Amino acid sequence: MTVLQLIALVAVMVGGTAVVLVPEPLRQAMVLGIFGFALTFLFFVFQAPDVALSEIVVSGVGIPVIVLAALRKIRQQEHEHEREEQEDGQ
Amino acid sequence: MSRPVRLGMFAVAGAGMIVVLLLGFTGLPSFGHAHELYGALVNRTEDKLRHATDIVTALNFDIRAFDTLGEEFILFASVTGVSLLLRQLRGEKEEDQEQEGIEEHAFAGASDGLKLVSLILIPVLVAEGAYLVFHGQLTPGGGFQGGVVLAAGPIAILLAGRYLAMKAVAPKVLLESSDAIGAACYALIGLAGLIFVGTYMKNMMPLGSPGHLLSAGMMPLNSTAVGLEVAGAFLLTWTEFLDQTMIGEPSG
Repeated sequence: MTVLQLIALVAVMVGGTAVVLVPEPLRQAMVLGIFGFALTFLFFVFQAPDVALSEIVVSGVGIPVIVLAALRKIRQQEHEHEREEQEDGQ
Repeated sequence: MSRPVRLGMFAVAGAGMIVVLLLGFTGLPSFGHAHELYGALVNRTEDKLRHATDIVTALNFDIRAFDTLGEEFILFASVTGVSLLLRQLRGEKEEDQEQEGIEEHAFAGASDGLKLVSLILIPVLVAEGAYLVFHGQLTPGGGFQGGVVLAAGPIAILLAGRYLAMKAVAPKVLLESSDAIGAACYALIGLAGLIFVGTYMKNMMPLGSPGHLLSAGMMPLNSTAVGLEVAGAFLLTWTEFLDQTMIGEPSG
């Protein structure tokens, strides 16, 4: 095992744990992106560039766009609820 | 169920899991010493039989082309499902009226720096995506990877703050057609194999010389069909998700 492979394995281990431990969804999406880069690096140093390419496009663009759109929608609905409650109170 | 009972159940299940995993790990070949017969055979034969230099693409589009057909339609079906569900949620009929009233609609989070970087990224993404799709049989990459990179091009327009410009560049009709035509082309290429050489998905085109753009028989065609489908599928999914939040609401 080369040093690069060892670094990649440790990065994936730390990154994966970090994704689970982050409590807030928006930050979690960011950490997931970084974890994706760690996985990409892992696939690359283990001589699987095709898989590395798939991983980088899916984790770099594919998942974040959907997660961020969903989070924005949830936040909009929360704002609407708050506004309705304020109007009811007045 | 009370907490001690749950913890107890977890302890039993966890211990069992550890035993099974340890048994499995001890049976693995040592690091870097796995020599599978299948991999060795493919590595030895595929460059000579099909003149492809990227064996992973050769696996996807030649040896296991039929599996890829299944994967194509998994993606196609799931994207169709997402579109149906989200359009139902939004109420498709109201959309046309809403869209006329929001000409200046923009992604408010876009700073000048982000706009500049996105504008530079657009041509790079399109070129990279096309390169990956067309050079699948030569270098790492192929229809799937290239397709997603191509689909990311219009997303850069969104990051530059112009969601409606993105929708003008890639309207839903275009994305739907790209998704459907790509999937259909892949199935039809397989059918051509059935008609001309008697086996579904079997290569029926000249092989060319290894390392050239037009080589490896049907692989460039398959890769293009997959690229078309994946680009349409991903961008359509993103557009449906973004429509949920970017259309019909005040920006911010």
